[in-house]
Amino acid sequence: MFLYVFRRLLTAIPTMFVIVTLAFFLIRVAPGGPFNQERGLSPEIKANLEAQFGLSDPLWLQYVNYLKNLLQGNFGPSYNLPDFTVTELFAKGLPISIQLGGSALILALAVGTVLGVIAALNQNKVGDYSVIALATAGSTIPTFVIAPVIQLLFGLTWKLLPIGGWGDGALINKIGPIITLSLPQIAIVARLMRGSMIESLRSNHIRTAKALGLSNWSVVVKHALRGAVLPIVSYAGPAAAALLTGSIVVETIFAIPGVGRYFVDAALNRDYTLVMGTVVVIALFTIAFNLIVDILYAVFDPRVRYD
Amino acid sequence: MLKNLLKATVFATTLALAAGAVSMPAFAEVVYNRGNSADPESLDPHKTSTVYEAHILRDLFEGLVMQDQKAEIIPGAAESWTVSDDGTVYTFKLRQGATWSDGSPVTADDFVYSFRRLQDPATGAEYASMLYVVKNGEEVNKGKMKPEELGVRAVDANTFEVTLKAPTPYFLEMLTHQSTYPVNKAAIEKLGADWIKPGNLVSNGAFTLAEFVPNDHIKLVKNPKFHDAANVKLDVVNYYPTEDRSTAIKRFEAGELDSNDDIPTEQMADLKAKFGDQLRIGAYLGTYYYAIKTDKAPWDNVELRNAVSMAIDRDFLAEKVWQNSMLPGYSMVPPGIEGYTPSVAKFAEMSQIDREDEAKKILEKLGYGPDKPLKMEIRYNTSENHKNTAVAIQEQLKPLGIEVSLLNTDTKTHYGHLEQKGDFDVARAGWIADYKDPESFLGISRKASGNNYSNYNSPKFEELMDKAAADGGKPEARLKDMQEAERVLIDDVGQIPLLYYSYKNLVSPKLKGFDENVMDVHPSRFVSKE
Repeated sequence: MFLYVFRRLLTAIPTMFVIVTLAFFLIRVAPGGPFNQERGLSPEIKANLEAQFGLSDPLWLQYVNYLKNLLQGNFGPSYNLPDFTVTELFAKGLPISIQLGGSALILALAVGTVLGVIAALNQNKVGDYSVIALATAGSTIPTFVIAPVIQLLFGLTWKLLPIGGWGDGALINKIGPIITLSLPQIAIVARLMRGSMIESLRSNHIRTAKALGLSNWSVVVKHALRGAVLPIVSYAGPAAAALLTGSIVVETIFAIPGVGRYFVDAALNRDYTLVMGTVVVIALFTIAFNLIVDILYAVFDPRVRYD
Repeated sequence: MLKNLLKATVFATTLALAAGAVSMPAFAEVVYNRGNSADPESLDPHKTSTVYEAHILRDLFEGLVMQDQKAEIIPGAAESWTVSDDGTVYTFKLRQGATWSDGSPVTADDFVYSFRRLQDPATGAEYASMLYVVKNGEEVNKGKMKPEELGVRAVDANTFEVTLKAPTPYFLEMLTHQSTYPVNKAAIEKLGADWIKPGNLVSNGAFTLAEFVPNDHIKLVKNPKFHDAANVKLDVVNYYPTEDRSTAIKRFEAGELDSNDDIPTEQMADLKAKFGDQLRIGAYLGTYYYAIKTDKAPWDNVELRNAVSMAIDRDFLAEKVWQNSMLPGYSMVPPGIEGYTPSVAKFAEMSQIDREDEAKKILEKLGYGPDKPLKMEIRYNTSENHKNTAVAIQEQLKPLGIEVSLLNTDTKTHYGHLEQKGDFDVARAGWIADYKDPESFLGISRKASGNNYSNYNSPKFEELMDKAAADGGKPEARLKDMQEAERVLIDDVGQIPLLYYSYKNLVSPKLKGFDENVMDVHPSRFVSKE
């Protein structure tokens, strides 16, 4: 098992290298640069700026320098927010995105699983139909609709929640974003759970367990659920990577200082270092969570062994 | 820990106020929650360029001269100044006893250091061109001379002298721009790039920097060492970046923001009905225009450019597309600069129907018609309103047999293409005044300007602009020269002005001292909150 994890971590290194290299050159293919803007700069002033950030060096040299810095954990300064290094921006924003995304994920897994099980146990009955209806609504209504509705109802009409802002991490400021982030996930998890639970309930070992006279509770929770939860685990890995690294829509609408917006803003602003930072962070999260999923598989499914 | 507790308390107070749940005790801090459309790129005056930064830096720093709540020039770090008879040497007497927020005195050396730093190529200042009017300014910035050769000197600790290249009547107006504010030499030399961080930043304005969380808030607190601190009514100014305009409106409505500097224009009618006087709209020094490639066939024909310009219904754009958040524009220099009457296009007096008839005649004369349609591509940068404007123009030109195609790119691609002199027919652009002078708007059509996307090149225009520069010592003659220059530019249709910008502020009735002006300048030191 440890050997397996070690091997997987080793293969992550070339993967990261390929990702960093591709991203570095791809963003440079995009036309324009970090210093193109409404008010044009004279060539001399632009040259001064580019020299300051090392952008006047040949591209291959910039790439070598970038790799060198990256190996030392230095992501460089942000071009468009020069008061901060990319590391500082992530140090401030990532914990916020992780808090919101993590809470949303836990909420989604808990609520979604329960709803899915309820639906499966009441297949083709009222409980099932309500869950399906809810799940369809949850996954079809986009977050940019849910978020303003929450703001309007809870913020302006009932005055229970603030409209937006992080408020130094006050719980009340997190409720809206967490609900918005989790609703579509709840829908997906519930749907997945319902499907795999129905399948699991029909499988041979459950029939055997029932025939042996085990209590209904024990059959559902100990045996059926354990097998049925696997699709959720494989879904939760990439979902976690996506949720924990922030959402531009939710962060923009709720004015949350997370890192989700950097993914889009940095690309649009041609903020090369920040783009690279976001790529590295997302890649790390994705690799890490895929590994976690594979390990969890072995935990939940006795047939899976990594030796 | 104490700091966190304090933060929590301040925040709790703000929230409670926002909810309207708790009445305010008499001793409570006066907190102004100010919506600002975007975060600053940097708080270093020498690295800034946007109006969002200008709002904050105006509160943090004090330049030689400043603007009051009407955007009129008032003494800043300099309490008085004299100008030599030939208009080229400005001598500033610095305020006696003025200090930085760390208690050290503000001296002429600080200004010498700051002006040199702005011009030093190593600083990479976007706005270094502000001081190109200073002797050797351009040469220093282009690396041809050393920063020490810049035409500035400290006569004594309290006297700062600037020598200009030529008389520049708008020099004092330029000094209101944030890029000319002083920075603290000792702090920069000691802390390097970290000098700008909260806790480190030493400034000389009415407020000091307490917190900066990107995309969340910037907290400024009153500077007790500021020379006019007795008249500063606010204890705290929180700047909130409000990129999502709809959220900003809701936050304003819920009382989380006391003001915001923009609105979603598409909701204009509803917002007017809902907020009444709290929504303040007025003329702002900015022009929305289309650049047209004047050196490329068929657009090198003045008559053709004029026909296209004439056929565009600007009233429709202003009223329908921009919901009256813009005004129809017929000149490059917007109205609102004292002593200057913009030269408007001659067809401005005609009705739109007459303009269209006239345009049709021109096109027929030039041989365009159903058999030989005129093709035109409009490039614009991503924005719902830019798109709607371009689509409206496409529709307006269709009856004249002009086949307009649209090309949308993101902002960086758009300006990258224009600056690298890429090929296009017509391209969207905008210009906001840095200082209150027609030169700011006319300079962008000069042959050598990097912003002359149209490649407009008129010897007559150049001559008149040079004459205006030479008439620097004679303000009236100078403005007249520029008016004539603009007449040439407009008659040549060197650019196609479409609209004048307006400011769009939402201001709570609790705020006093947030006054309207064409520069949309609102220093927090003059604002009070009930």
